[in-house]
Amino acid sequence: MLVEAMPPVLDDTPEVDHDPTWRRFVRWETALVVVLLAALLFGNATPNFTSTVTIFFVSLNMGEIAIMALPVTLIVITGEIDLSVASMLGLSSTLLGYMYLHGVPIWLAVVIVLIVGVVGGALNGLLITRFGLPSIAVTIGTLTLFRGIAQIILGAQSVTKFPASLTKIGVQPIPHTQLSYSVGFFIVLAIGFAVVLHVTTIGRSIYAIGMQAEAAHFSGIRVNRIKFRLYVLSGLICAFAGVLWTFKLASARYDAGLGLELNVVAIVLFGGVSIFGGRGSVFGVVVAATVLGVIQQALTLRNVDAQVRNIVTGVLLLISVVLPNILATFRRLRAQARNRRRAPPAELPSDTPSPTRGLTPSTTKG
Amino acid sequence: MSAVLAAPRAPIVGDVAKRSESLLRARELGIILVLVAVFLLTTAKNHAFANKASVQQLLAGASLIALLAVGQTLVVVTRNVDLSVGSVLGLSAYVVGLTFRAHPGMPIGLGFVIGVGIGLLVGAINGIITAVAKVPSLVVTLAMLYIVRGVDARIVNGKQIDPSRIPRSFQVVGYDDVFGIPWLAIIVTAIVLVAGYSMRSFRAGRDLYAIGSNPDAAALAGVPSGRRVFTEFAISGALAGLGGALFLAQFATVSAVAGNGYELNVVAAVVVGGVAIFGGSGTVYGAALGALLLNTINQALVAAKVSAFWNQAVAGGLLLTAITFDRWLALRVERREAGAGARHAR
Repeated sequence: MLVEAMPPVLDDTPEVDHDPTWRRFVRWETALVVVLLAALLFGNATPNFTSTVTIFFVSLNMGEIAIMALPVTLIVITGEIDLSVASMLGLSSTLLGYMYLHGVPIWLAVVIVLIVGVVGGALNGLLITRFGLPSIAVTIGTLTLFRGIAQIILGAQSVTKFPASLTKIGVQPIPHTQLSYSVGFFIVLAIGFAVVLHVTTIGRSIYAIGMQAEAAHFSGIRVNRIKFRLYVLSGLICAFAGVLWTFKLASARYDAGLGLELNVVAIVLFGGVSIFGGRGSVFGVVVAATVLGVIQQALTLRNVDAQVRNIVTGVLLLISVVLPNILATFRRLRAQARNRRRAPPAELPSDTPSPTRGLTPSTTKG
Repeated sequence: MSAVLAAPRAPIVGDVAKRSESLLRARELGIILVLVAVFLLTTAKNHAFANKASVQQLLAGASLIALLAVGQTLVVVTRNVDLSVGSVLGLSAYVVGLTFRAHPGMPIGLGFVIGVGIGLLVGAINGIITAVAKVPSLVVTLAMLYIVRGVDARIVNGKQIDPSRIPRSFQVVGYDDVFGIPWLAIIVTAIVLVAGYSMRSFRAGRDLYAIGSNPDAAALAGVPSGRRVFTEFAISGALAGLGGALFLAQFATVSAVAGNGYELNVVAAVVVGGVAIFGGSGTVYGAALGALLLNTINQALVAAKVSAFWNQAVAGGLLLTAITFDRWLALRVERREAGAGARHAR
């Protein structure tokens, strides 16, 4: 009835056609920052949290996971997924240790490892884009394959001799800061990823693919080429994370980073990236990684068992998907009520239960 | 009853169903052929592989994953996924063990009931959130994977269940056999057959395929999607809970890491078994055979004196081969149809 009850006019944002999406993800990030502040307060209330080493330990624990989350963010925004990241980290670590053990100079070993990362990523990309296979199945396959190859290379052996000048990254922060080297790399990479995703044409293409791959294809975006390159990039970055991981622990084992893929996916989703693609931001993922790092560290200082800390990860993840949905439903109901007040309903909402619903027998496996 | 509703689309559905069914039959036959080939080749290399004890081990070893694969098939067929099964199995195994320790005289049947109950509870939570809040199941069950694992670790608190506290009569289910067939395999086979029949012949089972093939069309055709999705998650959870009780019976030792990582093995078995990860096709028979095949290959490597370190790489390679082969087969069928006159490019 009232003029002020009209739907918002679209001129208040420059991106007219993305208005609702854009708004929602801004809200999610605001919420994330609030959560971060709460986490910091919680941390502050924890004994010893404010000591300087805390920041170092938070960044040491989260560094590689956060680095791997960056390429996965882009991949998820295109509507695909990469579950092989942690296995690539393990393979990279194993290969590095094996080569160094057999007398390959460390710099050459690192270069070879990075090339293997590119090859592994290309395998994922090839199977997904060329053969059109579902990425979740392909990357579960390569998850097993990469880890398996790592196991063949080193078996139960572990390599623990690395140049001390490199392994110091596990015990020393970057000079004049409290940040670990891995987080230093993460910050640089995150800025790079943010620029690519949010400023360049490639970034817009990545969103377009996630929104509607078919439409993106018809508007001239090389969907498969971009997806392929993202998987190659993911392989490269994860191999690099494996190098950092190896130096951090001064040890290479086939089970390095076992199971971390789920942590990576959890961070990406908690960061507000939609699993259906088309929505998300690097900023959200950075904040999400920080929140989880801070909470985990605070809980560690309170002597909470590592496995029990999983509860927090799970609950946050659940809230991060359920809450926006509840809010959206709430908003839709309000809009419907408003419409009903203004005019008779033009059409039935599509999700109205069909009349046959009550008649269907609830037979079988009850 | 539903004939009026089904009539207009019956010819198309029948056609597609027949075609996809023959494809699936080829798929299950393919797995069986590979299975037989692996078995024969390994036996040729190491005759002990065909021993009674060895075959029993093949069946018993595949049982738990096959059981979880049944539930996973129901879920995957509707384009969902349940990643929480490994954690649920671990929690159920520990809690059932704990109950036996506290009440040594408890009837063994109650152990299974408790296990199923725990799984049902978690599955119902998964189902409610997925169906009502319309949240992607990958995220919901990933979150539940963490939460359940955390709760499990909280309860376990560094301890573990040791075999001396588990009643013998309960452990018998884990290692004994009837006419040479392990109890585990009998129980799981029975469940596979019941689920397979229900998926094929019951309305609710067909609904799952409809939801997975085309959710919008299913909704328009009056399929109660929400209720079906809820039920399938509850069943998947319940089977994982039952799996926990069977895990306890089989190994009698349970720690906080029991069942960790099972979720991906189960998904791998389901995919190798020919269940399309994007829903709409696949059978529980295929999934169970997929689990059996993966386990047989693992043990074949051991029998062929190939280092156990090769297990994972071979499993991964097999999974990739299986999905690539599936795709190739589907493209061939599509192309043949295109040649026959159906003008669908994609």
